[in-house]
Amino acid sequence: MNRFAALLDRIAYEPRRNAKLRLLMDYFRHTPDPDRGYALAALTNALMFKEAKAGLIRGLVEERTDPVLFRMSYHYVGDLAETTALIWPSPGHESVAPTEGGRDTGPPSLGHNNPPPHVPTITEVVETLATTSKSDLPAKVAGWLDALDETGRWALIKLITRELRVGVSARLAKTAVAQLGGFEADEVELIWHGLEAPYEDLFAWVEGRGEKPESGNPAPFRPPMLSHPLEEEDFEKLDASEFLGEWKWDGIRLQAVAGLASDGRSVRRIYSRTGEDVSRAFPDLVEALNFEGAIDGELLIVRDGRVQSFNVLQQRLNRKAVTQKLVAEFPAHLRVYDILTEGDEDLRDLPFRERRKRLETLVARIDDPHIDLSPMVAFSSWDELAAARSDPASVGAGPDADAIEGCMVKRASSPYLPGRPKGYWYKWKRDPYIVDAVMMYGQRGHGKRSSFYSDYTFGVWRDGPDGEELVPVGKAYHGFTDEELVKLDRYVRNHTVNRFGPVREVEYGKDRGLVLEVAFEGLQRSTRHKSGVAMRFPRISRIRWDKPAAEADRIETLEKILERGEKEIHPLKGQEPEGQET
Amino acid sequence: MALRSTDILTQTPQGLYCPLGDFHIDPVRPVKRALITHGHSDHARSGHRTVMATRETLLIMAVRYGEDFAGSTQEAPLGESLRVGDVTVRFTPAGHVLGSAQIAIEVGGTRVVVSGDYKRAEDPTCLPYEVVPCDVFITEATFGLPVFRHPDTRGEVRKLLDSVALFPERAHIVGAYALGKAQRVMALLLEEGYDKPIYLHGAMERLTAFYKSEGIPLGETPKVVASEHSKLTGAIVICPPSSIQDLWSRRFPDPVTCFASGWMRVRARARQKGVELPLVISDHSDWDDLCRTIRETGAGEVWVTHGQEDALVHWCMTHGIKARPLHMLGYGDEGEAEETPPAKEDAGETA
Repeated sequence: MNRFAALLDRIAYEPRRNAKLRLLMDYFRHTPDPDRGYALAALTNALMFKEAKAGLIRGLVEERTDPVLFRMSYHYVGDLAETTALIWPSPGHESVAPTEGGRDTGPPSLGHNNPPPHVPTITEVVETLATTSKSDLPAKVAGWLDALDETGRWALIKLITRELRVGVSARLAKTAVAQLGGFEADEVELIWHGLEAPYEDLFAWVEGRGEKPESGNPAPFRPPMLSHPLEEEDFEKLDASEFLGEWKWDGIRLQAVAGLASDGRSVRRIYSRTGEDVSRAFPDLVEALNFEGAIDGELLIVRDGRVQSFNVLQQRLNRKAVTQKLVAEFPAHLRVYDILTEGDEDLRDLPFRERRKRLETLVARIDDPHIDLSPMVAFSSWDELAAARSDPASVGAGPDADAIEGCMVKRASSPYLPGRPKGYWYKWKRDPYIVDAVMMYGQRGHGKRSSFYSDYTFGVWRDGPDGEELVPVGKAYHGFTDEELVKLDRYVRNHTVNRFGPVREVEYGKDRGLVLEVAFEGLQRSTRHKSGVAMRFPRISRIRWDKPAAEADRIETLEKILERGEKEIHPLKGQEPEGQET
Repeated sequence: MALRSTDILTQTPQGLYCPLGDFHIDPVRPVKRALITHGHSDHARSGHRTVMATRETLLIMAVRYGEDFAGSTQEAPLGESLRVGDVTVRFTPAGHVLGSAQIAIEVGGTRVVVSGDYKRAEDPTCLPYEVVPCDVFITEATFGLPVFRHPDTRGEVRKLLDSVALFPERAHIVGAYALGKAQRVMALLLEEGYDKPIYLHGAMERLTAFYKSEGIPLGETPKVVASEHSKLTGAIVICPPSSIQDLWSRRFPDPVTCFASGWMRVRARARQKGVELPLVISDHSDWDDLCRTIRETGAGEVWVTHGQEDALVHWCMTHGIKARPLHMLGYGDEGEAEETPPAKEDAGETA
């Protein structure tokens, strides 16, 4: 465990991708099986512990610390694993424990009757977590936490809670393994879904000691191609005639793959953008995959031939049980825009224009109401595309226009490349809505922003019983630069009028207060908010140090937006939807 | 009958004030008579009419602000009782930086101790902290949360030396406050057997020379010459924290960014600053030492000046000690964001 902890610790401080890669390779090269395999599983989020969860850790640390001190510490540090690792009372330390137990004045807990602390290996941790009963787990985990140092505890908790967050993607970890043997990451990716921790066959292969493991998966995931946002200055550089246009659907990016197993059975899988197998959530869609190949598209909910808003789609997502009723009420639909393979043929090197033809033929052959083609948007100049983007209904999107969040612009000659290659695919989103609001509260952030006041609640003016008053309409925690964060943080600290734990109320009123220009994607009515509206994906687009608070917008501005697009409005969840290459 | 503690010391916009002695302690604005605990710029400011402090602190103020930093000065020898107005004051080592002292105020059988900033950990560059039993103890709480437990400084310095050995082709740029921390790092390096020159940013020079003139061995400490940045392969360079990310440090060969501070205990802190090698070396007490010190003074009442006041006050209350936060401003807001202001010679030396 110490070795793995040291790896995580070093990587966490290392900003450079190549240096991270070197550290990972170094670790894989010098760590024996099966430890390195379980480390790889942890880094690719392939481990799953049924009983050991964040709640277990929280329970253990709360038993051993004063709850008030723990809460204050957690607000300050902004990370459960790290707070627990640092606050965990080691033998000889005083002054953390709750006073009732008198623990803090007692002798060190390492009496001579106790066995010496045993530092577990990562293999031991993973295997024990998988086999230990729920009732025995707390004592086991507590024993490890006692034996480990701060870094070890931190890594152990990260492992258990499955939130490493050290800036290593699954892709990077696989790349490191591949490079041990001079292979491309994609080769590992293709066989990945047939492999299991601790991956001894994989390491044997990359080290030249064994055969390449069989994919074992006739329907493997292939990393999707992502796009870049289209910037103002790009238009001058890009020639419109070399590009093709599509709508950008406000749904969830999916990859649908079907293939034949060795026994001739059809294997059908649906993967998320990150390669997670989500087939079980969409039985209706799985049934429609009556082909051999891999296609790329957007998950939408279509009722009576009409695409529903993202808000409706969300009601189908994140459900534990997929019932008949759910499927009938929220029928899943795949609107496809690319094809990666067909039969045994890998089409990814073909130009987009060619792939599109193959896709059209395939979709016609599939002939299932759950799957259709995302139509092309014809244009001959950027201005023409801009017009289409601002009014999709007028150029053939019809009643589906509300589910469109902009345009995709793809180079006709573009191969299908994994990741986010430059110069091929662009997304051109609709302009956001803008409103000027006044900062009302600042809250401490988490993770990278811990202990900065980085989350801001803002309000707009409305008529109250005692004249005009500010009513909170949303909260935003990004959109500003690190330099601006420092200034906003200082503003909150210097203008605090009230403290509520991690939240500070700042000065605001007609003659004082800070105006924030807030950009957002949509609005919807909400009973949970005092103002009756909720913003979708709000962010600070500008800080208006110059603007008097009295001149900020009024609630009527938001009401108008609501009325204009009552139906087009999107979900409540603060997240940007995982549509095509977000 | 003993006086009430608030008769001896009160809070004013200028800082803590003793009405019976008519003086302020570490005032943030110019006052008639100031008693200064130590030379960090948020505690020792220029422009007071008279200043009483230890000999070293007076000299440090003169180094920083010039000889005329106050109308007149009076040296407070450590351990000696001095009469000021109707009270007796006594300066005792605080273990924070060279010259740092706690100030005990005694009147009518009641003793109030203003500790200033202090630490209990060993420091080769200053006298160790001495416990002064008292009725009211006034403490800071910069690291007043139980997540702050400073490790052994030798281990931290060895981390630096190991990294220097591992990356002989790179320069290690260590951010450290100009007064105290920088010299402590030099002394610790020396103790660990490092015998090469330790290069200094210009802002470190005068105070380091002062430490040496006080007989503290710090080794060979040349100033970095502008044209020679690129030649300092394998070197250890000490600079103000604000310089570790600016252009000045980028000119060294493939620099490894290090920062010597108690804040480095919290990972997100190190990452926010782009620190690659965090060194948890602090001139303040960690949580355990704050709690231990409060117990050892035997104080029945504790005032917490700045830092994580709420947590330390909570701890006192749950241990039967009367306590209140002073929420004092001007000593680094919550001790958190103090490292961001642009560096003058000594911006924000509170950690």
